[in-house]
Amino acid sequence: MTGTLGKDLLGLESLTGEQIRLILDTAEPFKEISERAIKKVPALRGSTIVNLFFENSTRTRISFEFAEKRLSADTVNVSASGSSVSKGETLVDTARNLEAMRIDMVVIRHSASGAAKFLADRIQSNVINAGDGTHEHPTQGLLDILTLRDRLGDLKGRRICICGDILHSRVARSNIWGLTKLGAEVAVCGPRSLLPNAIDEFGVQVFDRIEEAIEWADALNVLRLQFERMTAGYIPSAREYNRVFGVTRERLERGKRDILILHPGPMNRGVEIDSDVADGPHSVILDQVTNGVAVRMAVLYLLAGGKPELAEAAKGGSGRREERE
Amino acid sequence: MKPVFLNGGTLVDPSQRLNEIGNLLIVDGEVASIGRIEAPDDAEVIDCAGLIVSPGFIDVHCHLREPGREDVETIATGARAAAAGGFTAVCAMPNTDPVTDNQAAVGFIVRQAQRAKAARVYPIGAISVGQEGKVLAEFGEMVGAGAVAVSDDGKPVASAQLMRTALEYARTFKIPVIDHCEEPTLSAGGAMNEGIVSAQLGLKGIPAEAEEIMVIRDILLARLTGGHVHLAHMSTKGSVELIRWGKERGINVTAEVCPHHLSLTEERVRGYDTNAKMNPPLRTQKDVEALREAVKDGTIDLVATDHAPHHYDEKEREFADAPNGIVGLETALAVIITNLVEPGHLSFPDLVDRMACTPARVFNLPGGTLKRGSAADVTVFDPGARWKVDASQFASKGRNSPYNGMTLVGRSACTIVAGSVVFRSGVPVRGQEGERMNRVRG
Repeated sequence: MTGTLGKDLLGLESLTGEQIRLILDTAEPFKEISERAIKKVPALRGSTIVNLFFENSTRTRISFEFAEKRLSADTVNVSASGSSVSKGETLVDTARNLEAMRIDMVVIRHSASGAAKFLADRIQSNVINAGDGTHEHPTQGLLDILTLRDRLGDLKGRRICICGDILHSRVARSNIWGLTKLGAEVAVCGPRSLLPNAIDEFGVQVFDRIEEAIEWADALNVLRLQFERMTAGYIPSAREYNRVFGVTRERLERGKRDILILHPGPMNRGVEIDSDVADGPHSVILDQVTNGVAVRMAVLYLLAGGKPELAEAAKGGSGRREERE
Repeated sequence: MKPVFLNGGTLVDPSQRLNEIGNLLIVDGEVASIGRIEAPDDAEVIDCAGLIVSPGFIDVHCHLREPGREDVETIATGARAAAAGGFTAVCAMPNTDPVTDNQAAVGFIVRQAQRAKAARVYPIGAISVGQEGKVLAEFGEMVGAGAVAVSDDGKPVASAQLMRTALEYARTFKIPVIDHCEEPTLSAGGAMNEGIVSAQLGLKGIPAEAEEIMVIRDILLARLTGGHVHLAHMSTKGSVELIRWGKERGINVTAEVCPHHLSLTEERVRGYDTNAKMNPPLRTQKDVEALREAVKDGTIDLVATDHAPHHYDEKEREFADAPNGIVGLETALAVIITNLVEPGHLSFPDLVDRMACTPARVFNLPGGTLKRGSAADVTVFDPGARWKVDASQFASKGRNSPYNGMTLVGRSACTIVAGSVVFRSGVPVRGQEGERMNRVRG
């Protein structure tokens, strides 16, 4: 099965701006399905999908599962604990066993960068990367971009700043690739100890101060600060992080511009983002979650060989190519 | 033993400024005569027309995995792989299991090497007991049993005090102390070079400075102690500049570089190919160019392989979890010819100097020359042979090569150790007799 996106979705680095727009456009008609009383269309009926989560995840796993079920796919969830992985099975053996069960797609979340590609290179099924180490999290990038596009329209020339731990963030990498390909201006803001040393070569602007970022940006994508970064000595404390880099109402009000606030979740309220910002008028954080399901439906549909122009029709019947291998 | 007559090759021996077509006669394991000579009637004549005849290559840095990991390499298979690559001698690093940190362990390697009847194998002893970086190993007894140098390779010597003591103590036995230069707190958890590629791939990087900090520390300790420090597998432009600084001041520092650091860059890691994972990691084009220049001008003294076989299961996994290292014995010559000689960075006499003469001199080993009366360790290679690397055909048990499938230029044709032919192209490598003991035990 190879559709307009190729066999797999491993990251946004390898996609063109046109392919990204195609996914976003395909997501539009799927948004409406989730608003229905009966939230189900038969587009992927008969397809089997394995959600292979080697790392804990609530939001992403549930979002994928809803997307799959609303397209009528048969799904199986496998988590690392309680599976043969906890008995020491290697990733390559897991891959071969899945392949032997003749599944159609695998959604993989793994703590190792490159794990999704590793799997994709070894099995014929479509592979969707649901986050690999500190590399990429393409569907998160896509849902962030869809949310921005809903509010800002065409992103060409729009200014988006990603704030926080860029060094360890797969969300940051997918956002940088995706937004850049759509012509947006991208910046990052965070402590230098949590930025890659080679950040300048990413083609993004760097703000050392959050106030400057707020002044500059049309939207901030505020990343979660992982608490293990403090124990590893990257920054001294969550308290100081909030005082220097926290997105607070006071800072937003001092900025003159209208600004959107995104957060991939889960939030540390009072650390990288204050509650009155997260719950306030600038926040589009829950829109991101809603869009997550639609974007993942679009990715599943396109990878399964669905025709983008039939996505609207797929809401009623199957828009999938019939000549499947 | 029948005399061996190498007929009509180009004799390249920088130790006697030789670079001309001629013949070489070997009698009783020694070079009997060289130049425009006739073959005796009873000699075995080997046609060397179109080939280069040089002193045997010596690899001062390889991992033969025995004892401990005989499933990935043994001294016998490693010595045969060396012979197949044109090496008449190799030095085996001590990070075996158990660690080669005493005279009995050194003696075991010497005996296994004698049974292998392929390339010579010289043991390198550990600097510290168990390579734990705490207590000095018994250099004197290890040298007595056949060790030619000491190193905690694979692990950096983190303690400056231990390194100082090792350099001082080694002076008694006139052996080099080899350091794997890596500042461990800076490199911890790193899987590749730190830079734009590591940032994009989401892999933890190892900065060039992790190597360079230890390079300058070791050079300064060599100045302090007067000991001979040999810096293993140099990988950065900064290291080259620091070594140049040290040599200009007459400090007793020598250094090696691996073929992969002279030919590949961090770009090779894109796609997460674990056969591009080694330590020190592949660096940038700027580093490769500085290293090539350093081999040419002698700032870096010699080429060594850091041959490191791994089982394919260990490499067939997530990049960050895969072990470091690649096999190198059977591709080293071709990688150097393809990447340094063909583009004009290095002449064939320079290549022979960096792979045979200088290793012998720096490590005070026999060989490195074809002068009359010297041991007949000879490499014959085809400088223009084009071949496609097929790792499945290696004499080594290791298949972990980033060059697999690449077309390279230059290939060994015949390897002679003490007058005995131990490798000839087209002839299957010697049988498995050296491994019998392991099979029984395993």
